[in-house]
Parts: sequence; structure tokens; C-alpha cells
Amino acid sequence: MKKVLLSTLLVSLLAACAGQDVKDQPQAAVEDRAAAQTQAGADAKPTGQQSVTANPLKDPSNILSKRSVYYDLDKSDVKAEYKPMVEAHSKYLTSHKDAKVAVQGNTDERGSHEYNIALGNRRADSVKNMMNVYGVPNSQIETVSFGEEKPRATCHDESCWKENRRSDIVYQGE
Amino acid sequence: MIFRKLLVGAAWLLLAPLAHAALTIEIVGSGANQIPISVVPFAGENALPQGITAVIAADLQRSGLFKIVDPAGVRPEPHELAEVNYPDWRTRGADALAVGSALPRSDGKLEVRFRLLDAVKQAQLDAYSYVIDRAQTRATAHKIADLIYEKLTGDVGVFSTRIAYIVKSRSHYELQVADADGYGAQTVLASKEPIISPSWSPNGAKLAYVSFERKKPIIYVQSLVSSQRQVLAQFKGNNSAPAWSPDGKQLAIVLTKDGSSQIYLINADGSGVKRLSYSSGIDTEPSFSPDGAAIIFTSDRGGSPQIYRMSVSGSGAQRLTFEGNYNVSPRFSPDGKSFTFIQRVSGSSFHVALQDLASGQMQVLTDTRMDEAPSFAPNGKMLLYATEIGGRGVLAAVSSDGRVKQRLSTQAGDVREPEWGPLLKN
Repeated sequence: MKKVLLSTLLVSLLAACAGQDVKDQPQAAVEDRAAAQTQAGADAKPTGQQSVTANPLKDPSNILSKRSVYYDLDKSDVKAEYKPMVEAHSKYLTSHKDAKVAVQGNTDERGSHEYNIALGNRRADSVKNMMNVYGVPNSQIETVSFGEEKPRATCHDESCWKENRRSDIVYQGE
Repeated sequence: MIFRKLLVGAAWLLLAPLAHAALTIEIVGSGANQIPISVVPFAGENALPQGITAVIAADLQRSGLFKIVDPAGVRPEPHELAEVNYPDWRTRGADALAVGSALPRSDGKLEVRFRLLDAVKQAQLDAYSYVIDRAQTRATAHKIADLIYEKLTGDVGVFSTRIAYIVKSRSHYELQVADADGYGAQTVLASKEPIISPSWSPNGAKLAYVSFERKKPIIYVQSLVSSQRQVLAQFKGNNSAPAWSPDGKQLAIVLTKDGSSQIYLINADGSGVKRLSYSSGIDTEPSFSPDGAAIIFTSDRGGSPQIYRMSVSGSGAQRLTFEGNYNVSPRFSPDGKSFTFIQRVSGSSFHVALQDLASGQMQVLTDTRMDEAPSFAPNGKMLLYATEIGGRGVLAAVSSDGRVKQRLSTQAGDVREPEWGPLLKN
């Protein structure tokens, strides 16, 4: 039982760290899509010569700092507005073979917990499949579904539900 | 007789030879005609830390099939057959009467004696006596309620069963088990990460559930006796939706190890995983038929989530629901003739529904709006489900004809993911 408690504690700590990054991201993926698209061409180049100080994954002016794909109700297709962002991450991954991402699928709170696990999985898969098309091997992508279990927004109307119908791209070590 | 099987550790014996009178009480559908019954306080009950007859009356009332007739004022208060003056009870409108006593023995145990009487025919219907430890007082009250229920309705009582559910308070999750009336809640597992989908083993000794404690859904099986637990499935991707086979030897589970969410069979010790469903869409929420030959499940292979049935070998999948574009969370009824599920009526209105397998006839049972996770009581007469009242998750119950509606839980926190446990067969 102690082992269980300890591992639970560790997991919680890890979760707290991981959660921090997610929260720190500007929740602007939807609103910022124009900016994101214009940056796509410039920033999506292989960044082998990246500066020591600026982490492109954290730089708010870099499209790679955008991590979330949002979905319509019951849907799991990646809408066109998010393709430049997924493409940019794909290019980063193909040029950084040691980098790995977890794609985390989420749903809003309505309906069955179990169906939402499956729907969140399909949302994460849709991002992974697009990355595959851009040349990222499965070995660099892990998908996981949180279903409706880890809502970022906690109110009970569409303003929160649309925020929670989402996949997040999280880099290993973040 | 199920009732006798329920008696665990309680010595019992029949008192007088039973009259086995034919019942004069007519039952026309659940809740349509309520049986008026008076449960007279037992002799010696006042000296006990917790009552007996209050528990019995509450059980019967909660079923919706009984009308409790207030026994106050009848003097002398009858506890034995000879003390019963039937006209007293007919005047009050009681068709049935329960009398008895709960008296301490010299060895410290308690002797509970009980008679069920037909006030119309003025005859004894049943009589039992139990020698119990005091800690079994409440359990004995439930057993007496089960006996009354079975004798007067013809169906097995489920007041001695337990339920499992999840309580969420902020970011704290507890898997709890409680008596069917919500008393005696015990925490089986506490976690800072979500827990969902508790599933009772057919003998009531174990729970399977899905925990996110390792950052993704993994299925565990935990003994309620020893609290020991083991991982049942932690394959690549998601592991969820465990459902025990009726013989307890296998579970149907949902894995994404081969791509989309699909249904697999796995032995109860975690060995021998075998894929059952092959669709390009989502297949999830399996539920075994009582004979173990079929599985109903949710699939969106046709474009929207609907209920399907397939054989336990995975063949012959057939769509069962056609109304609406979101039908999920199916569960077979204990007699295998119908199934319950959740139907989305508009964007945010979810209701418990029941569909007859032979006729395909469907009935929405609830008027609550955010219903989830329906499960049958083991006698098939009531369904337990989760819903939302005042923005808070609560448990509710509805009779399988939709007439009796109950709210089961008023405790703090969000209560969700309930599952009604099996009849205990010891």
C-alpha cells in the first residue's frame, strides 16, 4: 500500500508540473489564428541553428508555443486553421529526432465518461495522423485521452465546453 | 429461496409452522398500487444504538411499492402474534403488518424475532428469528425488508445489496462502496487523479475500475475483502470500460493498443487478451448479457454513437437503437430481455432510457437532464444513475417502469459513475 501511495504522490507531482505548462500557455490558439498562420512559413523551418537562449517551443512569438487544437461538438477532425500549427510541430519533430510529444485528447463534460475517453482518444489520434502525414514517425508521438476527466475550464456552459474540446501537444520533459 | 442464501453468519430458524396464506394484496404494476403496511416498533428496539423498524420502513417506502401506515397510538403495541388486534390495523388501512422484538441474550448477542402478518386474512405470512452481533443490526433490518418485499411483491428484494460510485471533491477522487440506501459508505480507493467506471464482480467480492493515477487510463481489479489490487490491463494507449462476464472469469474491456477504441476480452487475472470487435470507429462500454452469450456496446461505426449487440465471439454485430444521434452507456437488464442506455435528446439533455429487445420499443424513464451511467438493481426493478441537480453531481434511481423516482444522495461533493452491486450468494 505504501508503494501505491508513493507512486500516486509522484504522479501527482508530475501532474502538477505538467499542468503548469499547460496553464501557462496563452489560451489564444483560437483567437490568434491569423498571427499563427502568417508565422507558419518562417518559424516552421528546421531550427537546427536555434539560439542558446531562445527555446522556440516557449517563445510566445513562435507558432511552436501554440499547442492546442480545438474541435466542434462530437467532432474529432483537425480544422484547417490548426494545420499550420500541427505542421510546424511536425517539422520541429522531424528535425529533432530525440524530441517526443504526447498528444492529449480532451472532451467537454457532457455525455458518457467512457465514450468521452474514446472520443478524446480519436481527437489525439487525428493530430497524430496529421503529424504522420508530415513525416513524424509514431516512435516520436504518444497519444493519451483524458476524456472529460481533466477539464481546463470548469464552468457548465458552452464558453467552457468549447475550451475543453481540445487536444494538447506536450513535449517530453515539459 | 434467495433470502436464506443472504443470511451470512446469522443463525436463523423458522418460528411457528407457516400458514403460507395466499396473498390478498394485489400488485398492479410498480408504484401503481402501493401496498399499505405498518411496521410496528420492535420490543426492545429503543435500547439499541440504531433502530430496526425505521430502516425496514424506509427501505420499503423507497421502493415505491409500499405505503407506510403510521403505527403510532395503537395500544398495546403488538410484538407477538397474540397481541395483534387485526381490526386496529384494518381501521388504519394497513393490509400487512410487521411485528417483532430485538432482545439481548445472556451471551451479549441480540435475538431479533419478526413476523409478517396479513391484516386482511388475519393470518401469518412469514416468521423468522435471527441471533446476531449488534453490529449486524442494520444488515438484519435490510434482510427483513427483503423478506417482506419478496413475500408481498413476488420479486427478490435488493435492500441488502451495495452500490459503488465515485465522489469528486475539488481534485480529490474517492471510489466508495455503500449499502443500497447510501449508509455505511467506505472508501475503497482515494486518489488525486480521476477514477471512473467501477464494475462489480458477479460475487460482489471485487471491483474493477479505471484510474488515471499513472497519467493515463489503466484498469485495476481490487478485492473488497483484502483491499489488495492488481493491474488488469495497462497496454499502450487507453485501457478502460471494464465489464465482468457473468461467470466472473473474464472481463470485456476497451483498449486502443491497435488504434481506435475497440472491445477485447481478458481473463480476470490479466492474461489472455483477445480482440473482439473490428471496426474503424469507436467501440466501447461493453455489457454482457446475463447468459454470457452476447455483448451490447456503444459504437459510432454508423456515424453517430448508437447501441449494438454482438455475440461474445465478436460476430454478428447488429444495431439496436435508431432514435436520436447519441445513444450510449448500455446495460443489459438482469433478465436479459431489455437494456438501459443514455439518450441525448437535445444538445445538453441526457435521459435514462429502456428498450425492449424483442419489440424494439423504447421508453425514456427520467425527466432529469444530465443523466449518466445507468445500472440495474439485481432484481431489475430499479435503475441507479448519476445526474446533476443544482450544478452538483448526485445519484438518483428510477423504477424500470418510470413511475417511481428517487434521489439517492445528498452528501457533499460530486457523486458520479454509480454501479449497483450484485445479490450476495454465500
